[in-house]
Amino acid sequence: MNPPVATPFFFYLLAGIMIVGGIAVITRKNAVHSALALITTLLAQAGLYLMLYAPFVAGVQIILYAGGIMVLFLFVIMLISIERTQKERQFNKQWIVGIAAAATLGVLLIGVYTTTSQGHTLFIEGRMSYAESQNTQSIATLLFDRFGGTYMFAFEIASLLLLVAIIGAVVMAKKRI
Amino acid sequence: MHDLIQYIESYLSSDRTPGAAGNFFWAFVYILLVFLGLSVAVIAMNWLERKILAHMQVRLGPMRVGPHGLLQPIADAIKLLLKEDIIPAEADATIFWIAPFIVVLAAFTVFVVVPFGPTHAITDMNIGILFMLGVSSLSVLGVVMAGWASNSHYPLIGALRSSAQMVSYEVAMGLAVVSAIMMTSLNAEGQGTLSMIGIVQAQQEQGIWFIFKFFPLGVIAFVIFAIAMVAETNRAPFDLPEAESELTAGFHTEYSGFRWSLFFLAEYSAMIAVSSIAVTLWLGGWLRPFPNALTGDTWNLVFSLVPGATFLFLAAMCFYSTVRMPKHPLFRIQTIGLAGFGVVLALIGLVMFLPLVRERVQDIFWFSAKVAGFMYLYIWYRGTFPRYRFDQLMKVGWKVLLPTGLALLIVTAFVEMRTQVWAEVIIPMWLGIVDLLRRIF
Repeated sequence: MNPPVATPFFFYLLAGIMIVGGIAVITRKNAVHSALALITTLLAQAGLYLMLYAPFVAGVQIILYAGGIMVLFLFVIMLISIERTQKERQFNKQWIVGIAAAATLGVLLIGVYTTTSQGHTLFIEGRMSYAESQNTQSIATLLFDRFGGTYMFAFEIASLLLLVAIIGAVVMAKKRI
Repeated sequence: MHDLIQYIESYLSSDRTPGAAGNFFWAFVYILLVFLGLSVAVIAMNWLERKILAHMQVRLGPMRVGPHGLLQPIADAIKLLLKEDIIPAEADATIFWIAPFIVVLAAFTVFVVVPFGPTHAITDMNIGILFMLGVSSLSVLGVVMAGWASNSHYPLIGALRSSAQMVSYEVAMGLAVVSAIMMTSLNAEGQGTLSMIGIVQAQQEQGIWFIFKFFPLGVIAFVIFAIAMVAETNRAPFDLPEAESELTAGFHTEYSGFRWSLFFLAEYSAMIAVSSIAVTLWLGGWLRPFPNALTGDTWNLVFSLVPGATFLFLAAMCFYSTVRMPKHPLFRIQTIGLAGFGVVLALIGLVMFLPLVRERVQDIFWFSAKVAGFMYLYIWYRGTFPRYRFDQLMKVGWKVLLPTGLALLIVTAFVEMRTQVWAEVIIPMWLGIVDLLRRIF
């Protein structure tokens, strides 16, 4: 049996990278630097998925976010004049909402982690463990199986949302269709 | 000492990859071997590309450094390493530094899952093909960063072009790959797989390379991939990001010396990587040609002798050129060098005839031979096709390859599930229509 790779050390390493990357995203003045910091965060997140023995999700995370969406982000950012954004003062008009959201999340996390009066946390006892070698197949079964395809409807609805977004973009971009 | 030999011998007869066996030492050895092999392949490609292009244009190509220019790539490498490393004024120095490393890392990391043989891969992943596509899609980030950080117009335009091009062709490429992955599951009962070794084993079990399966569906998917992979690696005729007649050198115009050579290395290893995806998915990976038609011990023996025979043929070519070398005293060293090279090739060929080596090496040989075929195609494209215009490129990507890929995917799914579709969709529908008509009339 191989020694487990999912040690706490790697969790703290990846979580640390994610936090540093996340802070860099909002503090950098140069938008390109922010985007690159975001890519680092997303890659570290893919590492976290790997630690959860979900290689398929990690692979999709890399292809879609780091390889696809962030490239389009960079593409758009490069069309903006960087000189002007660097001269302007950074501002934040939503700090009240931001603090409220962060505080709510903090309370939620504390609530989840503290033990209840029955003596256990809100987490389910034990954890689901799929074999790493079956991850892709189990996801396919959950999505598409004729008898166990529980999430088929949610999956199709999500793709419909994306289709709506695509059509919206085409309508907004094209004056005459 | 005895233990060590036993350890190595126990590994040589192993039937698993070092990753599956969890053996860090052998995994490290494999990584070094793959890295070494890739570097040699890139050097060889450098020389071959210049020679083949030259011969296509009725030139001689490099002839001065070494016999027939054989030492030219080494001379080039030394020149690049000694060149001054320039960073343009007001360039974003950090990003300018990181960009080539990202491209190289993305191009080399994918070789972790490339199956050179059933046991000759660094490791086998459940998500093998997804991993390859994902990591190689990261290289576009490096290209975009390089172009932007140079603080110069041509690189920026090159970077914008490359990001648009690579994102567009990734879609068509993904569709072709999915239709090949669908073929791995034999009808409704079998489970499909994304693992690179699993895909080749599926072709072995089904007794057919996926390029021939459901003719012509496999061929169409293969052609879509073969076109998309040229665009994905920024090679001619899709080399708009570095179109030298329009953008000097595109995204790496401002790079020089060592950093430029990193881009060069990454380009060629990315070409080898996508070619090995194509070989694994459609051309049967490490399987030898005609595994069904020409079976039996005799044919197995004949095919296992091919690797050695190939090297002997190359050696014979070397000796032929040695004889044809000019007899002038100035050419003496070159003649001796060429003869020496031929002797080395002949020795490699003879070693490959040994039964022990033959058995271990033939799968690697067939895989590399198929990849080499793709490498030749790359050079051939560059020698013969004119460059596409950018709107033509986009038109091919979005209006031809993408719809074809989508239709192909649907048709493949139907053919794959034909018994179920027939029993559970078409017959009930037909019965329902008949019933409806009967009630109306």
